[in-house]
Amino acid sequence: MSQVLEFVIFKLCDEYYGIDIQNVENIEKVLKITRVPYTEGHIEGVVNLRGNIIPIIDLRKRFNLPAKNSDDESRIIIVKAKGVTVGMIVDSSSEVLQLENVDIDEAPAIKGSVDQDYIRQIGKSDGRIIMLIDLMKVLGIEELDEE
Amino acid sequence: MDMSQYLEIFIEESNEHLQHMNQIMLDLENRPDDLSLLNEVFRIAHTIKGMSGTMGFTKTANLTHEMENVLHLVRSKEIEVSDQIVDILFECFDTLEEYINHLSNTGEEGDLDSTELVNKLKAVEKNRGFGGPALNETVEEEPSTSSAVEAGSSSNDEFHLDVNDLPDNIIDNALNNGFNALKVKIILNEGCMLKAARAFIVFNTLEQFGEVIKSYPIAEDIEDERFDNEFELLFMTKLDEEATRTEVMRISEIDEVVVKATELEASGEAVEVVEEVKVEEVKVEQPEKEEKLNLKSTDKKKKPAQSQGSKGKTSKTVRVDINRLDNLMNLVSELIIIKTRLEDSENTGSTQNMNEAVEYLERITTSLHDAVMKVRMVPVERVFNRFPRMVRDLAKDLGKGIHLNMSGEETEVDRTVIDEIGDPLIHLIRNSIDHGVESMEERRKKGKPESGTVNLRAYPDGNTVVIEVEDDGAGVNHEKIAEKALEKGIVSRDEVESMSQNEIVMLLFKAGFSTAAEVTDLSGRGVGLDVVKSKIESLGGIVEVQTEIGKGTRFIIRLPLTLAIIQALMVNLGDEKYALPLNNIKEITTIQSNSISKVQDQEVVLYRNSTLPILRLPEILQVPNIDQDDKEELTVVVVRKGMQEAGVVVDSLIGQQEIVIKSLGKYLGGIHSVAGATILGNGSVALIVDPNQLF
Repeated sequence: MSQVLEFVIFKLCDEYYGIDIQNVENIEKVLKITRVPYTEGHIEGVVNLRGNIIPIIDLRKRFNLPAKNSDDESRIIIVKAKGVTVGMIVDSSSEVLQLENVDIDEAPAIKGSVDQDYIRQIGKSDGRIIMLIDLMKVLGIEELDEE
Repeated sequence: MDMSQYLEIFIEESNEHLQHMNQIMLDLENRPDDLSLLNEVFRIAHTIKGMSGTMGFTKTANLTHEMENVLHLVRSKEIEVSDQIVDILFECFDTLEEYINHLSNTGEEGDLDSTELVNKLKAVEKNRGFGGPALNETVEEEPSTSSAVEAGSSSNDEFHLDVNDLPDNIIDNALNNGFNALKVKIILNEGCMLKAARAFIVFNTLEQFGEVIKSYPIAEDIEDERFDNEFELLFMTKLDEEATRTEVMRISEIDEVVVKATELEASGEAVEVVEEVKVEEVKVEQPEKEEKLNLKSTDKKKKPAQSQGSKGKTSKTVRVDINRLDNLMNLVSELIIIKTRLEDSENTGSTQNMNEAVEYLERITTSLHDAVMKVRMVPVERVFNRFPRMVRDLAKDLGKGIHLNMSGEETEVDRTVIDEIGDPLIHLIRNSIDHGVESMEERRKKGKPESGTVNLRAYPDGNTVVIEVEDDGAGVNHEKIAEKALEKGIVSRDEVESMSQNEIVMLLFKAGFSTAAEVTDLSGRGVGLDVVKSKIESLGGIVEVQTEIGKGTRFIIRLPLTLAIIQALMVNLGDEKYALPLNNIKEITTIQSNSISKVQDQEVVLYRNSTLPILRLPEILQVPNIDQDDKEELTVVVVRKGMQEAGVVVDSLIGQQEIVIKSLGKYLGGIHSVAGATILGNGSVALIVDPNQLF
């Protein structure tokens, strides 16, 4: 049985990444971010999203990619998992892709540019390679629970 | 059926009932003869039993059921209300509360065992209040005579069938018209295969000679074979007892038939007798019911487990007066009107209209703010009403007589405050009773009334709510405090000598301080008042003590009306803006940077003849791109935390502002020195500094 899964696709350093649409709340243009002291490096700060305070992480920093200032293309993807809502800054995001599970493979153990831990699976679509991220690990919620 | 949607209501209502019950039982202890109180407790136990039964919470249902039985005996004057019974009832109450708490935390009833308590209740029933020793004996033997044995004791002569709920005149009429009203108990053969069918034959046979009015279990249950090997019928017939018996015995696979005539007693003339019968029935019914419920509970257990995943805990709720909600609704509709008005004036371009509309908008938002705040307010009664019970128990334990007077229970405080204030208050009250109020003997010597008085007051005072705990006990001896503090090394002798009496009394709130000569399990473990103080400070409140030797002590807690909206001082640090809660700020001043000296790596300045530690906020908050070394004059905000003060250096001041506190959420929770965040007029976020964590 082939099963169709939907992913929100975004770009970081000209590579494609995907995130399960179930976890995505919405996608925003970059808002004014307020820095928060005593946080890990990849946490950019907090924003006001329609009256709610949302923490923002810089996905480039999280993936140890070279830093880049946000521009017109930059987006914040608001994701929700395990009851926490977090925004992630990405280079751009403009499509939602349907992938059948035959097109999804387990992440191969090859050293890529991104820490292997954060990539759960690899999707293929029209010759593009899409890295499907493991949101729990990216957000560090598992770490949070263990503490 | 999935009951989880009713769980919240169930918990809410049960809590209300329990609270009510608590109060009544306290009254009952003082006025054991007041029948109306007993009726009330009985009614509550019954309601809870009904509700929990429906929800499938068997333990709660069982316990309340037994309570009902005992209360019934008390009501019918078969047992006197004794201390013992009241104590047991209180125990039941505690257990019930435990169940409900567990339910609201996990959605399940929990494993707390109430068998012992149930047995105690049963023992009371059996002994009919023949005093203490007998009770204890039976309690010991009771566990062995558990359900199995009791089930056996339900002899064949006893009937479960309850004829009392039939219209009175049915039996009367029947008897007057020459019919016999017979109770028929049919016991089927152990090996009977089709019990329902066999029962059907019995019904059919009997219907030839008369009418079956009622059955136990009910007819549907019998059809579905939901009974053991026996069932009972109420049968109206011209046949006599023996003839009926013979008719039924003709049917095969029937072991025994017991027939008993129903007397006129059922017609409600001899109420007392009937009620006694009822009680016995209920008692016998119990084991069977337990079994049934257990069976049910096994398949019911699956459902709560499923709903568990989606909803671990029940959410916090507030009950709101409908008028307040209406008010809120009105304001919101006004808000919508003003929105259209603004849109209109934008089109017409008239500034005057615009200004008017904005002014109007301002008024509405203020009222809206008030209205929402009111919705969040709950009376302190919620916290207060558990104290009478606590005081009662405590006074009993300590052998002191204590009167608790409460006033101002209707004073309203924000919900968040209510949830937090309970523990500190418990502590203060315990403190007053344990340390404050003297023993009876001592009081007599001093010429005071034997029973001590503890006053618990709440009243609003401007923008704050004041809660006072006052006792008429020994008061705080400041010399003793000073001595003790010296002994514990909390202060030095020089410090003590320079302290005012009041300051010495405040030493009570220092960590590691305890004046109780003897450590009891109630208080005096040295983790007391300092915890109270820090808790209240974390709520943005303050604690004061007033004391007079020989007369008593008064603890005064001042709390802000709400935690959600506070007055704050906005400051600039580099390019960033921060909010400092105003109630922590003592004053704002400027100091010359060259007047700062260093003492043990800590910057201090001599200010008003005392040393003031200097904290550089930009550094503490890791603000990037700061250079303030070349500034000659520093803006310093003097913040206080209890008796400590510190000067906080900021770049510049913006001004005072009302801010709405927002949490940073789970993901970023517990960041050092940050109490939360707020949204500024321009939509950006500013962090709120927590001065309590700065030093």
